[in-house]
Amino acid sequence: MAPSGTTWRGGALMAQMNIIQAVNSAMHTMFERDETVVSFGEDAGFYGGVFRCTSGLQEKFGKHRSFDTPLAEGGIMGIAIGMGMNGLRPVAEIQFADYIFPGFDQITNELAKLRYRSGGEYSAPVTIRTPCGGGIKGGHYHSQSPEAYFTHTPGLKVVICSNPYDAKGLLISAIECNDPVIFFEPKRLYNGPFDGDHTAAMVKWDTHPKGEVPEDYYNIPLGKAEIVRPGKDVTILCYGTMVHVASAAVENSGVDAEIIDLRTLVPLDIDAIENSVKKTGRCVIVHEAPRTSGFGAELMSLVQERCFWHLEGPVQRVTGWDTPYPHSLEWDYFPSQARIAEAMKTTMED
Amino acid sequence: MGEDENSNLHVPVPPHREGGTTFPSPHEIPAGHHEKPDIDCQGSQTREIAYGLLRVLNDEDEAVGAWDPGLDADTLRQALEHMVRIRAYDDRMMKMQRQGRLSFYMKCLGEEAVSVGAAMAMENRDIVIPSYRQQGLLFVRGRNLVDMISHCITNSNDNVKGRQMPVHYSWKEGNFVSISSPVGTQFPQAVGAAMAFAYRGEDSIACSWLGEGTAAQGDFHYGLNFASVYKAPCVLVIVNNQWAISTHRNLAHGGSSFAARGIPYDVASMRVDGQDFLAVYAAHKWATERARAGHGPTLLEMYTYRGDSHSSSDDPSIYRPGDEYDSWPLGDPVDRLKAHLVKLGEWDDEKHTALEAQCKEEIIAAYKEAETHGTLKDGPFPPVSTLFEDVYEKEPWHLLEQRGEVGL
Repeated sequence: MAPSGTTWRGGALMAQMNIIQAVNSAMHTMFERDETVVSFGEDAGFYGGVFRCTSGLQEKFGKHRSFDTPLAEGGIMGIAIGMGMNGLRPVAEIQFADYIFPGFDQITNELAKLRYRSGGEYSAPVTIRTPCGGGIKGGHYHSQSPEAYFTHTPGLKVVICSNPYDAKGLLISAIECNDPVIFFEPKRLYNGPFDGDHTAAMVKWDTHPKGEVPEDYYNIPLGKAEIVRPGKDVTILCYGTMVHVASAAVENSGVDAEIIDLRTLVPLDIDAIENSVKKTGRCVIVHEAPRTSGFGAELMSLVQERCFWHLEGPVQRVTGWDTPYPHSLEWDYFPSQARIAEAMKTTMED
Repeated sequence: MGEDENSNLHVPVPPHREGGTTFPSPHEIPAGHHEKPDIDCQGSQTREIAYGLLRVLNDEDEAVGAWDPGLDADTLRQALEHMVRIRAYDDRMMKMQRQGRLSFYMKCLGEEAVSVGAAMAMENRDIVIPSYRQQGLLFVRGRNLVDMISHCITNSNDNVKGRQMPVHYSWKEGNFVSISSPVGTQFPQAVGAAMAFAYRGEDSIACSWLGEGTAAQGDFHYGLNFASVYKAPCVLVIVNNQWAISTHRNLAHGGSSFAARGIPYDVASMRVDGQDFLAVYAAHKWATERARAGHGPTLLEMYTYRGDSHSSSDDPSIYRPGDEYDSWPLGDPVDRLKAHLVKLGEWDDEKHTALEAQCKEEIIAAYKEAETHGTLKDGPFPPVSTLFEDVYEKEPWHLLEQRGEVGL
């Protein structure tokens, strides 16, 4: 896929990319570098995936390296494990994160535990790529954010990107990682940063600084968060689409908030969280997934355990409701700028 | 019995809980009955064997028919030795379990030929992803007995560091993949491992086992379909030992043979007399050569009988007749191979008794040596620090912190 417009920056050839192109670029980069890397999934071969993230791989590298699979996520995960334990570095696509559950046993009982249960004899460096999250009128089977099921499983690493630059750098690290990684791609962000205002005109990545992506190899280490916006009044912990919703909420509210894009949920960048909350004394946690037992509960526990004597107000959570993800009432479910602003206000007032 | 005559729901029950010897009829198919198709045949050309029964040893203990693998006497004696040794090992380990020196154990009585025949028909470079009753693979591939026992008593010499229940062996050197308890998951994994061999253009294969009860799992069908679609060089084995704990095979299917499930997938499929070492060996040899030559997967149903309890935690006298194994019409794999060798003039009772005694001694000696690395009761166990190892390649901060909480 030829990205539009390239420039040289700091010795690197840079191109404007959206997340689809960035993921695709990461795949092409890794296919070039390592012939043990293979890619497969439903519609992921010839067609290049329903979101086109694996486009061009089959044409360029052959159908033995990028291929279509039967419609069976349990089978996809099973063969990925078998390939991974036998010398390959598979990147398996689950078409929507909502459809990962038929593969759940293979992921949580087999893939995650293989290294441990074999005393370190066997392991499978599998990367599972899957589009997640809502904001696309996808109803409850094309909108879910199931990250907490996997952060709760020892042995898995869990990554979620929020922009094209990170998508490529993090995916390359995930593929190179010798542990299994679940790589979530927030599909509402594929074509542009979405700030939660569904009535506004679609914004593309062209004008966003993170839409400029090196053409060649680079990586972003797993386990490192990014301070998206420094601030001193309140820390906002978020990831995926919520990074952009929170950023807009902060800009529109005038609060001097520090926004942290976690990028990797396991292992978590605890130092970034601790340093920030100790500085601001206040914390708001934002995610799309339902609240009860969501990853926000873990974040809140960690903040309480580590920053309690620095806290000046109760930690707030802004999340999806504890309901299935709705269709027509999507915007009543989806965490909004207004709810984030309200949470900041609550923690600042108390 | 609490039966409701107004209910039309059919729930099958085993045919003979209280005793008796009514078995389904495949054993009536005589040895030597089936033709041997070419290894490059269509899956559908194996249909007759999928519904029939592949047998080589006849009632007169002779090897007959197209499937006779023509093994020499030394090889047959080697197979018999493996089976006798496995039986001695199982007996000793179960005895130790009864004395509280193992937390758990699973014997493979009656199923020895299933794994010995398979392993002898393969090369050691072929990956095996077994279920929990194929300890025979380890014996044929030459795993050290002390290491096996050390795993089962989870002492400091356990290569899986005490993390698994007994009999969940892992042995990478022997291409024996770590056993996991969830049943059926290994089939699609074996297909993936086989696809990796094919991807690299190597001619090694993958082989995997599950029970007939597990043939009800989605993973069984995922594995079969993926194997068929990608013509993966693998051999998938259903060990139909009639019982999944207390669940009789007639709750795993509504009839027909289990091997027949491969036919609509166009996977070469055969039902094999699992008590007949020569039939097991011949079927695996055929399937392995077919896979190696790039002609795709084979599904084998090993028609056998679980001669003992499911595990040390199970009491089969509650749900099946105690003498059922003695009545099993296809007999016992050790007895049958022994009788064949005797018939050939290559073995006798005296040698057999001596072999049994020798194996028993070996196992007792190995057990004693294993206990020098620690016992289940007194240890030493793997150091507590190993608790946090191998979750990831490198321990992330949260595990280092938790390690710190226990003072390590």
